[in-house]
Amino acid sequence: MKNPVVTIENVSFKYDGQEQYALKDVSFQIYDDEWLAIVGHNGSGKSTLAKLLNGLQFPEEGRIQIGGIDLTEETVWDIRKLIGMVFQNPDNQFVGTTVQDDVAFGLENNGIPREDMVERVQSSLKSVKMEQFLDQEPHHLSGGQKQRVAIAGVIALRPKIIVLDEATSMLDPRGREEVLDTIRQLKNDHQMTVISITHDLEEAAKADRIIVMNGGELYREGTPEEIFQMDEELVKLGLDIPFPVKMSKMLKAKGIPLNKHYLSEEELVTQLWTSHSNK
Amino acid sequence: MMEKMIFGRYIPAESPLHRMDPRSKILLVFLFVCVVFIANNAITYGLLAVYTFLMVLSSKVPIRFILGGLRIVLWLVLFTLVLHLFFTKEGDVLFQWGSISIYEGGLKQGIFISVRFFLLILMTSLLTLTTTPIEITDGIEVLLDPLKKIKFPVHELALMMSISLRFIPTLMEETDKIMKAQTARGVEFSGGPIKDRVKAIIPLLIPLFIGSFKRAEELATAMEARGYRGGEGRTKYRQLRWGFVDTVMLLILAFVTAALVLFRS
Ligand SMILES: Nc1ncnc2c1ncn2[C@@H]1O[C@H](COP(=O)(O)OP(=O)(O)OP(=O)(O)O)[C@@H](O)[C@H]1O
Ligand SMILES: [Mg+2]
Repeated sequence: MKNPVVTIENVSFKYDGQEQYALKDVSFQIYDDEWLAIVGHNGSGKSTLAKLLNGLQFPEEGRIQIGGIDLTEETVWDIRKLIGMVFQNPDNQFVGTTVQDDVAFGLENNGIPREDMVERVQSSLKSVKMEQFLDQEPHHLSGGQKQRVAIAGVIALRPKIIVLDEATSMLDPRGREEVLDTIRQLKNDHQMTVISITHDLEEAAKADRIIVMNGGELYREGTPEEIFQMDEELVKLGLDIPFPVKMSKMLKAKGIPLNKHYLSEEELVTQLWTSHSNK
Repeated sequence: MMEKMIFGRYIPAESPLHRMDPRSKILLVFLFVCVVFIANNAITYGLLAVYTFLMVLSSKVPIRFILGGLRIVLWLVLFTLVLHLFFTKEGDVLFQWGSISIYEGGLKQGIFISVRFFLLILMTSLLTLTTTPIEITDGIEVLLDPLKKIKFPVHELALMMSISLRFIPTLMEETDKIMKAQTARGVEFSGGPIKDRVKAIIPLLIPLFIGSFKRAEELATAMEARGYRGGEGRTKYRQLRWGFVDTVMLLILAFVTAALVLFRS
């Protein structure tokens, strides 16, 4: 049986002075070592959910449990050690004046002894392949490099869970791939749970599970296959369908036999040429 | 203009001054500022000038670069000199031309005060030229540490300084971007009467301010998410190391001070 690391029970939340609830009665679990993608239209409550997980906001109703600990004002600092967050804008989360200072920032906050810090700064920068940039200043780095430094800052704290709130949306395709590859690698090496909030459905297609948010409510959860079965329904929710899925649907409509919707381009291509050569 | 200013510019080099601990460097400059006022005659001012000159030499920052950068200050120094020449009426008259007379006291005072002024500027710029801004911040944080006892927000002040330093280049880039965007919409930033140019600043400042508030909010969230909760219980990654050079430099200044006290009249 899968082990839940995060349990969210009937959580509702409203920002101060706001009429509308940003989250309405949301319940779900996140399991150990999984890659969970959260998708949904703008303003559907994804970032709010991420902020609640980290105790940056507290739910008005309901309960959040992380790593077996109830999230309250008292436990929030311990929970923040378990959850690392990477935000969207690479510039607005870079605190240090140089790469190594920035990675050290979280360690300093947690009172890690200096010798330990030096070691952790080195090793976490190495794991995101930024170790040659120790003394570089942020304005001399590309967006993707800054995001990798942000990831190093999170990894240095050895969290169990890493939350990416559209962490790759301001990057070009290459920067995006670099950052995601880094995360995949780290997830394998350190057995972390990854929660990725994204508008990129091709990225979501590679997740273990997808949660679809709509207007502050949890609309649907399921494996990528299950979610992309929804087709037109997704479009109505303000989401797009990944290209390979669209393509396999159209091919099917043309009478080309395919046994399922393919989620990645490679899969689809392989299926097409093998089925052709099998004839 | 901006490129020629040397205040706040850091010039990387391998020199004893660069190697000094920022704490001792700040202390040194602070003491120097006090010590300068001991001098009151030609010998003592000469001594100070020699000391400062040697410090400049040991910094390995090109002298021509420093003097070039201090051109505006040099004019100010000259201005003080002239002011004293004309307005201090002490001692014998040295020179008379019509109603203008220059006194011995005026000449002496003028020269002394200009030299003092010049040496002070030189030493303080030497501090910023040989120390990175973040090192200065670290040094100030440690030196002001005793003030924490009277609840002075030392850590917050240092953090503010380092975040400002971190964001200066980012904001410059943004200013540049907005300027280009507004130029494309027909705003003219250079040329035209002053009134128009001041007006053109407004469409530059407003997006810049709004952008900065958004940045500040996001940065605060990111800092909190990374466990920041004030200076309490924090360890420091940057380490300051008091070395042999630091002690030597302070000893030299102590000798100079002793000599000044000895030779002042
Ligand atoms: N700081 C805030 N104060 C007040 N209301 C807010 C605040 N942040 C978000 N909201 C509101 O809460 C709702 C959910 O916003 P949230 O940022 O969680 O959406 P999101 O799914 O992350 O959207 P996006 O895809 O644009 O990032 C929106 O209606 C938004 O207007
Ligand atoms: Mg969001």
